[in-house]
Amino acid sequence: MPENNTDNNNHQDTITKLVVIDSDWVLPSDAAMKIYESETEVTVKETCFGLMVNGPTEAVNRAVEDVVSMDRNHIFVKQRGFPPGDERRCRAVRGGGPRPGYYFLREEVNMLPTIGKALDDYDKGVSVKETKKSKKLKTSKLKDIIESNVEE
Amino acid sequence: MAKVFIYPTNSLILYDLVERFGHEPLAMMGRVHEKITTPGIDSPPININPEDPKYGLKYAAVEVPSGVRGRLAMAGPLIEKAEAAIIVNDSAISFGCMGCARTNEMVKYMARQKDIPILELEYPNTEEEGKEFVYKIADFLKSLPGAKENNREGENE
Repeated sequence: MPENNTDNNNHQDTITKLVVIDSDWVLPSDAAMKIYESETEVTVKETCFGLMVNGPTEAVNRAVEDVVSMDRNHIFVKQRGFPPGDERRCRAVRGGGPRPGYYFLREEVNMLPTIGKALDDYDKGVSVKETKKSKKLKTSKLKDIIESNVEE
Repeated sequence: MAKVFIYPTNSLILYDLVERFGHEPLAMMGRVHEKITTPGIDSPPININPEDPKYGLKYAAVEVPSGVRGRLAMAGPLIEKAEAAIIVNDSAISFGCMGCARTNEMVKYMARQKDIPILELEYPNTEEEGKEFVYKIADFLKSLPGAKENNREGENE
C-alpha cells in the first residue's frame, strides 16, 4: 500500500470537514451564511445535520473555526474521508437510499445534547458524581426469573 | 500536540473532543482520505482493494480472514503512529459499518500492546454517564503533554 506523500500531492492539501450542528440558536443555513460572509475559498454543502466544508486545509480549518465560534459547545466537527458528491458515497448516483456511514452519524447525533451540556458544565467547573453503571443480566439469573414465573 | 488514536475509529464525538482539547485525532476518516487521494489501485465502490489484505499480513497471520486483514491495513498504521489512545467499549455504533467483531478485538488488542497512555470507557447511555464520559476524556487529554495553545476548550467562558 503506498504511504502518504503529502508534499507531492495537491489532492492531499484538500480536505473535507463535517460540521454537525446541535445548537438551539444556530441553524445550518446560518452557519453556511457565516462562511459565505467570510469570503473563504471553500465549497460549502448545507445538509440536514449541518455542513460539509471542502477546500484547502487552512481555509477549511479557518471557516470551520468561524462556524464553531457561533456556539462552541454545541457544534461538533470531524474530518470526512470522501469529498462531497463523491460517487462512492453520494446518493444522487446510487439511486437513493441512506448514505453509507449515516447510521453511525445518526446514532452519535442522539448523544450530542448530552455531550454539549457536559461541556458547558465542564467549562463552568461543575463537579461530576461517579455514576454506577447497571450490570447486564446474567443468563443464570434470567433462568431463575423464568422458572419462578412458571412455577406460579 | 499528541497523536491520539480513537476507537470507534470514525467517531464524531471522540474526534471533536480530541481536537477541542488541542491534540491531533488519528481517525479512520483520515486514512480513507489518504487512501482515496494517493495515486494507486482503487476499486470503487469498494474501499479495500486486493493489495490491502496483503498489507494486513503485517498485523495478522495469513489464515486470518482477508476482511479482517483488509480492515487492519486501514487501522494498523493509525495505531503505529499513536502516542495515546481513547477506547470506548460497548457502543452500538461499532456494530454496523465498522462492525467486524474480530477486527475490533484485534485493533483494541494492538492499542493495548503499545506502551502508551490509554483511556478505556463504556459508551454512555444516560445524561449522568455522558457527563462523566466527557469529564474523564477532558481530564485525560489535559494530562497529555503538548496540547495546542489555541485549542477550542473553554473559550466561551
